[in-house]
Amino acid sequence: MPEINPVGDAFPISGDDTPTVDPMSPAVDVYEDDNGISLWADMPGVPKDQVAVHIQDNALTIAGTMSLGAPDAMQPIHAEITSPRYQRVFTLSRDLDADKVQASFDAGVLHLRIPKMMQERPKRIEVRVN
Amino acid sequence: MIYRSPFPRNLFAELDRLQRDMQQALGIAPAIRGSSWGGFPAMNMGHTADSIMIFLFVPGVAPEDIDAQAEKGVLIVSGERRPSQPDEPERHTLHIDERYAGHFRRVITLPDDVDDESVQASYQNGVLTVTLRRKQRINTRKIPIQ
Repeated sequence: MPEINPVGDAFPISGDDTPTVDPMSPAVDVYEDDNGISLWADMPGVPKDQVAVHIQDNALTIAGTMSLGAPDAMQPIHAEITSPRYQRVFTLSRDLDADKVQASFDAGVLHLRIPKMMQERPKRIEVRVN
Repeated sequence: MIYRSPFPRNLFAELDRLQRDMQQALGIAPAIRGSSWGGFPAMNMGHTADSIMIFLFVPGVAPEDIDAQAEKGVLIVSGERRPSQPDEPERHTLHIDERYAGHFRRVITLPDDVDDESVQASYQNGVLTVTLRRKQRINTRKIPIQ
């Protein structure tokens, strides 16, 4: 059985045939307001150019690969972050405008802003009590 | 009598309950401050022949908000992570709330052979990397067997 590399380049294994380690699910905060949804995701250790956000059909995928800059000869002593990759998928509802998603990444935190479709703003429903 | 919930069961809620039940059944009393696993910030530690490297995962915390001290074989990292809460909280609905916010403090016992004086810290992409030099090993003396 190949040795599993617990933390990507922080504790690398020798050879190129790195076995695939399941990605971690990043912790997120999701807020909604009248105009759209804001999402923050913790992806520490990921350089900006290794962050990926894509939307296919109604699935929003956020992903990233860590780069900790540890020397090759490093041996692990203790590891709580055990995968070099983050990935998480969310299902978007129809009222959100997938074409207008804005993303920014700073200090290991991904921020997404997903606006609502203009015509999908909530219509006020009259509630009458007889 | 078995009480049946009128609501269908949720797998994740069940797993959570199962974990608590297991802890009870095994007589494990959790520490009052919780387990250090899954706490904030997460930590990885590794060593090479001449150094120890500690990676603290502090996403969204500016380097100036982190205080790191190394003395007497202990590394203490503390600081505060501000919540992501938008400006007008009353106009927002919070759907998912998983990211840690608030003060944090983590005390890490360093391996015996490190030199406290050699501590260096750097911050990149939400990871604080603390590097300490290991003391030069006193050359082990080979004992000839006669």
